[in-house]
Amino acid sequence: MTSPAAGVAEQGHRPRVVIVDDHGLFRSGVRSELGDQVEVVGEADDVTPAIAVISECLPDVVLLDVHLPGGGGQAVVTALRASLPQVRFLALSASDAPEDVIAVIRAGARGYVTKTISGPDLVDAVRRVAGGDTVFSPRLAGFVLDAFAARPGDSPGVPSLDPELDQLTPREREVLRLIARGYTYKEIARELYISVKTVESHVSSVLRKLQLSTRHQLTRWATERRLA
Amino acid sequence: MTTEPPGTERRGGIFRRLGSRHTWIRHPPVTGPLRRSSEDRLAGGVAAGLAARTGLDVTVVRIGFVVAALFSLFGAAVYVVGWLLIPAAGADGNIAGKAVTDRRGIALAAGLVSLLVVVLIIASALHANWLNTLAWPLVICVAGITLIWRNAPPDEQVVLRRLAEPLLGLAQGSSSRRRTVARIVVAALALGLGLIWLLTGNPDQSTLRQIAGVILVVAAIAILLGPWWLRIARDLVVERQARIRAEERADMAARLHDSVLQTLALIQRRAEHPQQVIQLARAQERELRAWLFDGHAPGSLDGQDLTLAAGILLIQQEVEAQHEVPVEAVTVGDCDLDDDLRALLAAAREATVNAVKWSGAPVVSIFAEVEPGQVALFVRDRGRGFDPTAVPPDRKGLAQSIHARMARRGGTVVVRTAPGQGTEVSLTMPRPAGERQPGRP
Repeated sequence: MTSPAAGVAEQGHRPRVVIVDDHGLFRSGVRSELGDQVEVVGEADDVTPAIAVISECLPDVVLLDVHLPGGGGQAVVTALRASLPQVRFLALSASDAPEDVIAVIRAGARGYVTKTISGPDLVDAVRRVAGGDTVFSPRLAGFVLDAFAARPGDSPGVPSLDPELDQLTPREREVLRLIARGYTYKEIARELYISVKTVESHVSSVLRKLQLSTRHQLTRWATERRLA
Repeated sequence: MTTEPPGTERRGGIFRRLGSRHTWIRHPPVTGPLRRSSEDRLAGGVAAGLAARTGLDVTVVRIGFVVAALFSLFGAAVYVVGWLLIPAAGADGNIAGKAVTDRRGIALAAGLVSLLVVVLIIASALHANWLNTLAWPLVICVAGITLIWRNAPPDEQVVLRRLAEPLLGLAQGSSSRRRTVARIVVAALALGLGLIWLLTGNPDQSTLRQIAGVILVVAAIAILLGPWWLRIARDLVVERQARIRAEERADMAARLHDSVLQTLALIQRRAEHPQQVIQLARAQERELRAWLFDGHAPGSLDGQDLTLAAGILLIQQEVEAQHEVPVEAVTVGDCDLDDDLRALLAAAREATVNAVKWSGAPVVSIFAEVEPGQVALFVRDRGRGFDPTAVPPDRKGLAQSIHARMARRGGTVVVRTAPGQGTEVSLTMPRPAGERQPGRP
């Protein structure tokens, strides 16, 4: 562990990162891949130590494994979200069940990348999350599209509390599809004749909907998947 | 050939048995359905079955059959029909039930019967009219025994083979040249003698001579052609078995290559990701089990109980293993595969392999979305791209195979590319509106 809380803002633009993963090998791998582009200020291998380390170090970004022995990455986000709103979480996993990934996002993570991501891409993702942006990997985009998919037989009897939150706009859908197809934000902007900022705002809006929606369908989707 | 009534062999048994003490009624009749005996049988076990059912001594029943056979072949015909229709003890169905589906057997029986009819017509033209009384039982015997021969269970075929041994011995002797000559001489003599007896005979003379004439002619034909016919039949069987074995082997090798070998290659490449290795091993185990115990062929998309997402996963694994380029696959929704979607997947596979081979991109993305009215699939790379108007011939062929494949099924293909801009192949296949399943991991 590195010394806690040593000069929070005085490290230039290098984001301060805590890595939470139960595999030591993986932590050191990520650490070496990030290199000196970011400052790794702490590591943890389970939910309880993670909460302690994060509260102590107050990092900019937490790289969080979706699957942890003591309750999953979701538990860490839930525990710290209210008390440390400035800490941002980026979920990371090898290949996980979509409902677990969505659960971490819904708990408050700002993005999701797979562990197969390359070093430079990971650094980029960390920077963007640190800067307040969202990071949607193609896979997450796919999960979200799946979760929000319009289904014909979808319980018309249950009135939606907030229709705004329960539907993706066509534009958001379009953006998500392009992300899923492997487009970068820049390529999406070019494709749709909009600015990168607009793309980012669409993605943020999707993230907000994902986190705030009380949508009956999201629950149902998760349940169905667990049964599948 | 195989027309001799079962009685010929049976007689020896009866004479043997007549020497032992016996009573006409052995035991009270057994109730229950009539079944051919599988323990006490000389041919089909019909007599023993009847004996058990009626309570008569089995030898008495056998003598009855032989006497009836000697008079007009009628006994033999009844016996053969009984063999066909009465199920063997402990069996589910009779031989006739199986024979109905044996088209080649039926064809063979019909052929033999027509041959027999020709012989009978010749015989009647030669004034051997008495043969007409034998015609029907003879026809029934020939057809019945042919069908039994082909469709009897293995243990009964052993019995049949024993009955037909003399004939087979004749066939096997054909390898020796001297015996071939002897056979031809004997056949020629029998044929000549038989024809002379038949032609010179008049109705007033003893019918015994005419019978002997017919028997001699038939025997001559059997001696001449029997071995040849038997050998051809045997060769056909052997050749067919060899072909089936070779095909099975090739199929097995292909399947193993598509599944197990590829998984092993993937595992080697991902040795540093224990989680993925475990997943791969599990998936392979599942697949192998499905193949070995449920008969689902692995590796191929055809006739497999795959869903779209599973098919894409398969493409991803295959291409990654074969070309060492990572493929990122994302699917939204899932549905069962039909022929249209199999074509879509085949085209997608082609496009993915193209991208991996030609683009030089470090990663290739596949995205598929199942919508209510269609399935959209995109294969994208950020590689070198190409000028669609100046496509080299070898790539054009592949592109056409994608285009043609999709067009045949009513799908559409759009290729977007430019030099230095990467390539994206968009495939769309309409599907009948159906329940869209949530995606599976």
